[in-house]
Amino acid sequence: MYQTTYHRASSVDEAVSLFAKGTESKFLAGGQTLLPVMKQRLASPSDVIDLGKIKELQGVELSGDVLTIKAGTTYFDIMQNADVKKAIPAIAHLTSVLGDPAVRYRGTIGGSIANNDPAADYPAALLALGATVKTNKRSIAAEDFFQGLFTTALEDGEIITAVSFPVPEKAGYEKMRHPASRFALTGVFVAKTKSGEVRVAATGASQSGVMRVPAIEAALKANWSPSAIDSVTISASNLLADIHGTAEYRANLVKVMAQRAVAAAG
Amino acid sequence: MSTVKLTVNGKAVAVDVEDRTLLVQLLRDHLNLTGTHVGCDTSQCGACVVHMDGKAVKSCTMLAGQADGANITTIEGIAKGDELHPMQAAFRDNHGLQCGYCTPGMIMSAIDIVHRHGGQLDETTVRQELEGNICRCTGYHNIVKAVLDAAGRMKVSQAAE
Repeated sequence: MYQTTYHRASSVDEAVSLFAKGTESKFLAGGQTLLPVMKQRLASPSDVIDLGKIKELQGVELSGDVLTIKAGTTYFDIMQNADVKKAIPAIAHLTSVLGDPAVRYRGTIGGSIANNDPAADYPAALLALGATVKTNKRSIAAEDFFQGLFTTALEDGEIITAVSFPVPEKAGYEKMRHPASRFALTGVFVAKTKSGEVRVAATGASQSGVMRVPAIEAALKANWSPSAIDSVTISASNLLADIHGTAEYRANLVKVMAQRAVAAAG
Repeated sequence: MSTVKLTVNGKAVAVDVEDRTLLVQLLRDHLNLTGTHVGCDTSQCGACVVHMDGKAVKSCTMLAGQADGANITTIEGIAKGDELHPMQAAFRDNHGLQCGYCTPGMIMSAIDIVHRHGGQLDETTVRQELEGNICRCTGYHNIVKAVLDAAGRMKVSQAAE
């Protein structure tokens, strides 16, 4: 790791002002991606602003039909949280199959979505549930927030403070886990909103990052059941291909994971 | 350079380190607590697992500064004098190690697993929960046996306290 200067912020405002003072600052949430990347010397921030001790970024609130998870809440705290389990159990499940126990104690939802890894799990949940990303400056719809591989709508020095999820009628998430990294080889989040809209998002599949899957949404809108997806064809064009799976394999995984997610959602 | 103040195995310490120092480097290079190992250095293998405020974390994936003010327990801090921790004893009795490189991390993760699951541990749960710890010798069979054995022993010793 190259030299860096570490700062611990005690409030969002302090973090913003510390960030502005560095020549090339980075925010540090749980560090489960940023630190490995810095160790590989793929990132060399002049200053690291630790958000881990900021109380206003911690916690979960359920208010009516909106579940709000503050950005600094760890995976462990999310999967254990009674409101998450009650309101959107699919998010608790998604979190329980993310990383490993030690990673789940440290990693945060804000860190995950700010990084927007093309195989990360949370982006699929945000996109399928129609979530809103709250920052210190504004609110951003999930659709507008995720802008391709490792790219988001966040501006320099902007901090995610929370994610708000409308509570759906039903939702499910299933993924093919990469056995070593535990990232999604492909994962699919399906949701039926309280107004009857069906939204489906796949992660780990597209070369452009997390994506909606309109063909599966249409099939499920007509008939919410795993068998409704049998006749859907997913095109392999623009899907990821690597040593772990071809684009055709991932295209099939989108279908199969969607079917399993619908079965899980009930 | 910054001064990191933390409690390690019950002792308060203050260490001057470069800001880029990882927690595992502070433990091994500055405090000479070399029981905590560095295996993969990429957050995969779990040889570096220690407890921070009671939670099993990968000390190669934390800056030392992030642990400022925390209570850290390493493999050196779990035995009571000459009496091994029940998890250590169970690993020995069940031949839960061969080369031993992964063992400190395995034991620290396993103690956390037992704390979280208490008496509800079964083989499947242990295998799932140990996914962040890699062993290249044993095939995991005796490690799983050791964790289940220790879960019983820890329950008995907790009940006795």
